[in-house]
Amino acid sequence: MADLTVARALTDALDIALADPAVVLLGEDVGATGGVFRVSDGLREAHGPDRVIDTPVAESGIVGAAFGMAVAGMRPIAEIQFMGFSYPALDQVINHVGRVRNRSRHRFTAPLVIRIPYGAGIGAAEHHSESAEAIYTHIPGLKVVVPSTPHDAKGLLLAAVADDDPVIFLEPIRLYRAVRAEVPEGPFTVPIGAARLVVGGEDVTVVAYGAMVREAEAAAAELAASGTSVEVIDLRSLVPWDVEAVVESVRRTGRAVIVHEAPRTTGFGAEIVATIQEHALYSLRAPIERVTGWDTVVPLRRAEHHYVPTRAAIAAAVVRAMEG
Amino acid sequence: MSTEAPPGRDEGLFDYAARPPRLPDPIDDRLDEAEIPREVRLGLYRTQQVLRQFEKRAYDLFMQNLVKGTSHLSLGMEAVAAGFAGAMRPDDYTFATYRGHAHTLARGAAMEAVMAELLGKENGLLGGKGGSMHLTSVEHGMMGSYAIIGAHLCIANGAAWSAQMRGTDQVAVCFFGDGTTNIGAFHEALNMAAVWELPVVFVCENNLYMEYTPIDLTTSVPHPAADRAAAYGLERILIDGNDADAVYLTASRVIQRARSGGGPSLVEAVTYRHGGHSRADPGKYRPADEVEAWLERDPIPAYHRRMLRVGVDEGELVEISRDVAQAVDEATEAAKAGVPPHPDAVYADVWADGGWEWRN
Repeated sequence: MADLTVARALTDALDIALADPAVVLLGEDVGATGGVFRVSDGLREAHGPDRVIDTPVAESGIVGAAFGMAVAGMRPIAEIQFMGFSYPALDQVINHVGRVRNRSRHRFTAPLVIRIPYGAGIGAAEHHSESAEAIYTHIPGLKVVVPSTPHDAKGLLLAAVADDDPVIFLEPIRLYRAVRAEVPEGPFTVPIGAARLVVGGEDVTVVAYGAMVREAEAAAAELAASGTSVEVIDLRSLVPWDVEAVVESVRRTGRAVIVHEAPRTTGFGAEIVATIQEHALYSLRAPIERVTGWDTVVPLRRAEHHYVPTRAAIAAAVVRAMEG
Repeated sequence: MSTEAPPGRDEGLFDYAARPPRLPDPIDDRLDEAEIPREVRLGLYRTQQVLRQFEKRAYDLFMQNLVKGTSHLSLGMEAVAAGFAGAMRPDDYTFATYRGHAHTLARGAAMEAVMAELLGKENGLLGGKGGSMHLTSVEHGMMGSYAIIGAHLCIANGAAWSAQMRGTDQVAVCFFGDGTTNIGAFHEALNMAAVWELPVVFVCENNLYMEYTPIDLTTSVPHPAADRAAAYGLERILIDGNDADAVYLTASRVIQRARSGGGPSLVEAVTYRHGGHSRADPGKYRPADEVEAWLERDPIPAYHRRMLRVGVDEGELVEISRDVAQAVDEATEAAKAGVPPHPDAVYADVWADGGWEWRN
């Protein structure tokens, strides 16, 4: 076991993945400087500049090349520096990457991973801080994964690289260096599509992912002190997502609070709410609460905390659900 | 063809059909003497016949409303597809646009499978699910028809990069229209290909019109691809896209360069559509005398005349043409006899397990 941050756990996973000659890492500044968040620190030295490739600032060029490599027998990992920078590559991702299986009648696969740091955390507003996961979850043919711990960061990234489908791998910026934890050494995978039970509870189910998991966990701890038993589920992947785990929990608790940092309208929370109502409507004892970012643009640092859901907001939603 | 600055833009002249015509250069008879083996020339002749006769039949089927979805023909542009395919190895990669029938057939995909796909039938190349604009045939190195402008240049880079890293000497050839030269992905792809010396050949099929708009009215240079090659440190290559020999010779040279580690090339092949952009377009925006001049410069009769000049017997050519006509008839009948896709096709081929369900 090694004591690692999320960032170092990802470095470890990339280092292991690059042992396969079919794997390459490409993106802006990923080589010599180790990437904008230093996740690929040292990998260029270890695996060579032909395998850890510093590309031009050209997102369509990067993702298009990674996709072309993937259909021609490789397993590339593309890094896009921030969520907002991924949009120039949406043509590739939406029009081509997700559709190649269908378009080729299953003859082509696209085993590529697109790593995107996302969410608030560095206070740089807009493109550097936003959560647009719902754009990607809406596209057939893409998997979307969001780790929240060092263990899951490593295990999910290795699972993503091994997956024969294209995976959008979202890395919560705020968590890169926020926690350290024990992570097994050597290769292991965390299955894509399986949620993690963060804390067990009986009164309310809180569903979260990414950086919101820690906030939910903190809210649960506060509420426990006042006698409310909160179960926290970390989805870990959004496509596919673990419907069974969530529905089973809500059937027990009868109450649900969904938390995400992204704007509320047509956010992924809406999908979760709809699915719970399809499968567990008669178990519900209160309306399902959503705690989300606003339908506005993420502001600069001094206002960021007004945008991002806080543990207090989550706790308040749990209290409303209990009163519901 | 004239390379003078385009008239019309400054004068506010937007009646495109009233513009001075852009006329073709005469065919270069010196290519009669080119050292191209007789079998290769017969192959180029046959391929052009396949493309022409197939697409004429496809056009007839459109008019009978049997072709589903829209469709874009390469009638008049056959020499580009034939010349490049003739110079490629079976394991090389082709990337094409929505105007991809010719490139798919030229790589050897069966006429029946392509025709059935146009008709949306289950015996089509893509099971009747993709249609004209998405033709893909992995077995023939046809990596896909990409209906969004520009994206596939970046993707062709990736395939070429893969060949380079895997240590094979495969080459990727990427076809696109003149309009593509003005989109960002064109620049991203050319730059990256040049930096990494990728084994990729970019082929601009300049048919003078970006859909309905004359390309010179929307482009800063007279030759949209060739005049930009220098920006990527590449050779300026401008060829007659209506002469299969000219295309074949250039294709052989640049493909060999890519195969031997000499890096990418950008080729502009000047050609002309005999019809409109798509089946919805009669092409009325083109000056009548321009259309007439290019129809006279039709690549297929021109190649027929060359074959006679270099000593091929007329009877042999007629026989090829008849063979192809029969094959087109058979393909048409087989395509018509096909059935529509089974409803399950809608739910297939999204994920690695073959299905669409992701919930456990």
